[in-house]
Amino acid sequence: MAKIRRNDKREMPALNTSSLPDIIFMLLFFFMSVTSMKEVTYKVQIQNPQATELTKLEKKSLVRYIYVGTPTAEFRKQYGAETRIQLDDAFADAKEIGDYIINERSSMKESDQGLMTVSIKADKETKMGIIADIKQELRRAYALKISYAATQRTSY
Amino acid sequence: MAKKIPQINASSMADISFLLLIFFLVTTSMDVNQGLARRLPPPIPPDQKIEDTDINKRNLFVVKINWENKLLVQGQELDVRQLRAKAKEFIANPNDDANMPKLVEEDFGAPFGMVKYAKDHVISVQNDADTQYQAYLEVQNELVAAYNELREECAQQYFHKSYNDLDEEWQKKIAKIYPQKISEAEPKNYGGK
Repeated sequence: MAKIRRNDKREMPALNTSSLPDIIFMLLFFFMSVTSMKEVTYKVQIQNPQATELTKLEKKSLVRYIYVGTPTAEFRKQYGAETRIQLDDAFADAKEIGDYIINERSSMKESDQGLMTVSIKADKETKMGIIADIKQELRRAYALKISYAATQRTSY
Repeated sequence: MAKKIPQINASSMADISFLLLIFFLVTTSMDVNQGLARRLPPPIPPDQKIEDTDINKRNLFVVKINWENKLLVQGQELDVRQLRAKAKEFIANPNDDANMPKLVEEDFGAPFGMVKYAKDHVISVQNDADTQYQAYLEVQNELVAAYNELREECAQQYFHKSYNDLDEEWQKKIAKIYPQKISEAEPKNYGGK
């Protein structure tokens, strides 16, 4: 006859945590797929302007960025508070943009070269004079597909 | 007796993956790359002079932005919020106004049939060197919005569908009825020699 044995000592069983790593890994993969690596460290302060008719930039590998803004606090001593242009990791002059674009384009696959997009990330307080210079340089380098980086405006 | 293989202690696995997770959270950014897509005109050869191309005045819609970020649209001061409606009226020219762009009738095939549209209109944006980027972008945004709204209305009228849901073939036709023609003036140096 079966006998129900009763433990006198009733201990709480240890929680099985063997699936915890899997859960965390899933979280990790989720974050890896939805986020993107920072392209560069900003040396200029940029507050995106706002707009409504935005399109998403597809294919990260085809996009090159031009940053425009005032230098951040640590560079202000060296470079002043005037609006500056940043290409990759360094400050640059508007005249260097043409060479930069041509360089970047030649490092792309030939089939992709015509699809290159230049994203201008400029601070909203920037004066149009410097933007016009950049646009002229881009035209000269035949980088005609551009995108003005902006954030979605929710209300006026 | 077979020796039992001891189980590997995997309790630190969670900690390791937590570390990795936190590393990725710190080094990546969540912001999506969005922007107002535009196309620049090809460069002018250096030996060619900048000419003021002759555009019929009624086909031209001039938007000027001054250094105070104020707008002058067709010779009138205007708030940026009214620009979209004004631009839409100009592009579509529903009443065939003599001061608005000339309408050309063309057969677009079914289901459009004969459509009158402003084929040769041009929207010209001129800004000052001291104009703020935000103001400039707002104007560009409103003009693009005007085109997008007109295309959307057209898609709803003929297909009862959103423009973005249409086949590429129809999208192209609608885009041809409302061709996006935003021209930016060659930067001129007014103060210089």
